[in-house]
Amino acid sequence: MNAIAASEIKTLRLSIYRYDPLKQEKPYMQDFDIDIPAEKDLMVLDVLMLAKEQDPSISFRRSCREGVCGSDGLNINGKNGLGCITPLSDAIKSNKLSIRPLPGLPVIKDLIVDMKQFVDQYKKVKPYLITDKKVDTREAIPQTIEEREKLDGLYECIMCGCCSTACPSFWWNPDKFLGPAALLQAYRFIADSRDTATEERLEQLEDAFSVFRCHGIMNCVSVCPKGLNPTKAIGEIKKMLVKRAL
Amino acid sequence: MAMNGKGTLLDASTLPVKEFDGIIVGGGGSGMMASLQLAKSGMNTAVVSKVFPTRSHTVSAQGGITCSIQSADPDDDWRWHMFDTVKGSDFIGDQDSIEYMCKEGPEAIFELENMGLPFSRTEEGKIYQRAFGGQSKDYGKGGQAERTCAAADRTGHALLHTLFQANVKAGTNFLSEWFAVDLVKNQNDQVVGVIAFEIESGEPYFLKSKATVLATGGAGRIYQTTSNALINTGDGTGMALRAGFPVQDMEMWQFHPTGIHGHGTLVTEGCRGEGGYLVNKDGERFMERYAPNYKDLASRDVVARSMFTEILEGRGCGPDADHVYLKLDHLGPEIVHKRLPGVTELSKRFAHVDPAEHPIPVVPTCHYAMGGIPTNVHGQVISQNPDGTDKIIDGLYAAGEAACVSVHGGNRLGGNSLLDLIVFGRSAGLHIEESFKAGIKMDDPSSDDVDYALRNLNRVNVSQSGENFVEVKKDLQKTMQMNFGVFRTEELMENGIKEVSDLRDKSQNIHLADKSSQFNTARVEALELLNLIEVAEATAISANERKESRGAHSREDYPDRDDENWLKHSIYFSDTKQVSKRDVNFRPKQVQAFQPIVRTY
Repeated sequence: MNAIAASEIKTLRLSIYRYDPLKQEKPYMQDFDIDIPAEKDLMVLDVLMLAKEQDPSISFRRSCREGVCGSDGLNINGKNGLGCITPLSDAIKSNKLSIRPLPGLPVIKDLIVDMKQFVDQYKKVKPYLITDKKVDTREAIPQTIEEREKLDGLYECIMCGCCSTACPSFWWNPDKFLGPAALLQAYRFIADSRDTATEERLEQLEDAFSVFRCHGIMNCVSVCPKGLNPTKAIGEIKKMLVKRAL
Repeated sequence: MAMNGKGTLLDASTLPVKEFDGIIVGGGGSGMMASLQLAKSGMNTAVVSKVFPTRSHTVSAQGGITCSIQSADPDDDWRWHMFDTVKGSDFIGDQDSIEYMCKEGPEAIFELENMGLPFSRTEEGKIYQRAFGGQSKDYGKGGQAERTCAAADRTGHALLHTLFQANVKAGTNFLSEWFAVDLVKNQNDQVVGVIAFEIESGEPYFLKSKATVLATGGAGRIYQTTSNALINTGDGTGMALRAGFPVQDMEMWQFHPTGIHGHGTLVTEGCRGEGGYLVNKDGERFMERYAPNYKDLASRDVVARSMFTEILEGRGCGPDADHVYLKLDHLGPEIVHKRLPGVTELSKRFAHVDPAEHPIPVVPTCHYAMGGIPTNVHGQVISQNPDGTDKIIDGLYAAGEAACVSVHGGNRLGGNSLLDLIVFGRSAGLHIEESFKAGIKMDDPSSDDVDYALRNLNRVNVSQSGENFVEVKKDLQKTMQMNFGVFRTEELMENGIKEVSDLRDKSQNIHLADKSSQFNTARVEALELLNLIEVAEATAISANERKESRGAHSREDYPDRDDENWLKHSIYFSDTKQVSKRDVNFRPKQVQAFQPIVRTY
């Protein structure tokens, strides 16, 4: 950055949540002053990486840096999102940027949360095709364009965890309420014309907690970095469960 | 035992051991295809992945997976796909491997579909296929083919998640967020596992196994501008080189034509497959001059060179005339937003344009390593005897981008990387399964063998002073970008080799200031640098040695292809820094070999 004239640089006050389980201290917010080019709209992840150059001990996950791998779900100035596709122009409030780990999950270190609970809920919904249709390794199971379109808005989930960790119902009952991400995945297979296990899937979801703890708060929808709508998918599951009970 | 602040030396006597039938290093497409095969056969398998598997770079693949499944065209033929691939490789792709991939491909595609992969569909309810670069009917004589199977423009995501789900179903054991450091060899040069540590706790282990698969993906991070994820640091390639095994054709790096200017993130070749095209500052569709028949769907090396030529000759776009435009707006929002939703998202995000309304500024970006760890069609790693003959390394396999089974030769065709992953991930799994049934006997490593594999981890852990690894990495990326880009000359490359060699010396003396054990990402990055250095030096020396222009390797001082001397693979060993040659396979089993012809599009 030393090649850029001073007039083209602005300084950002970045606050990062720090926690090291092996140190005998409470979590705290550490401030960094980061010089960034005024012209360029950097992403939050870019700024985190600049901070890590100042202090290599800061820990966070990152991989694709283009919003498809789901590694860098973070709480950015109070809202969950992906660091790599959240531009500073969207994130900064009065030249301040605070970055915390996703809420509601145990923190392993700094911005890294333990995703085990989240992944366990995902696994519970049997997130794979179950079909008794004749499977022939020499051809595809037929599916019409219209049937396939029903999966749009469902299959694109990147498992970043932004939605479930923004959901009060998930915070309160993370062991019993499956959370928006897992339920979106459940509906992705229910909605798939090739899947023949709808009955089995619904039966597994019909208790008072798994689905019905969703109260339509819609935090999941407002934070999903892929623009997906888990509340709608959960609504579809609820409708099917109610219809089935009648 | 955790690697704590004391920086104590690890040694074989106290290192915990975990034993598996098979270890797969890497949780991307090829790794999870191999692990699925092994898990289904009931073997005790572990996938060792430095990221949660769905974070692997396969997820970024957009346009599709090329395969002659006869959906778009009932008369399509895998032999036509084979011809295109051989021609695309500029004739140094191994024809036995290419034949195997193109012929076995359809079964693997249908297997994935049956697992649930949400492919886009045709009116008849079949898998949708789109046109991609370098694709022809009837051995180049029948015009453009549509052979790339797609799930919108999110095919890699759909594929990777489907494979993860299938592995969950099969009960695969994931060592997720574990970093593999080095291979462990016994005295007979057999590979018996890896040294790895759990990133969360920092606990190091010897992961012992009779079959180790390196499925660690690419290493695009040796360059400054790349489409590759931050994790693509050539870890398996570095491990193989340090263990004394060779790499093949490392000079062959693909620069993808359409990286988003200023960021490097990719927009798929499928944009051009759907009817998009490139224009220069005059609005001219310049590919018509360079490739009169295929135009914008010529193979990637040809398009990338044409773009740079336009820029170098002053016809680039923008205030610095340093990029060209990819035009999609004539297709209309219906096609652009439906067929290319991911591209629309990336373009808005990183180029601040809606491609249905404005062209996307693009410039070639380092994308893919055609070279890698040489293997046969079963994924078995091959080394070279002193007399130049092949030697199979017991216990070691490689698949996917890390490997060089050589289906891509000097230039990969779009859509062939995903096919490579699944076909050869599976074939490695099948071979391991059969070897186990037949019985494998291997000697245990001595404690010296294990200590030897611990040397790099120890060196980094106890470092008290030395070079800043972040700076060394930046310098490395800069010199690779400057000296080993799309157009190469001896003068630049010799300068580059010297700089890389100096950086290697520095990398032997890096300092890890933070010695903490829990989720120490600085330790991971320091160790990744050692892999980047290995890959970069292999690239640099091999590139200077190949004195011709072929595929992606384009030299201004040797502008022509030299079949007499270089219709060969290059083989490079890290310990001697010598390049030797290896014969290209011209012995497919079911068709006549395709002989080299002048390659035009």
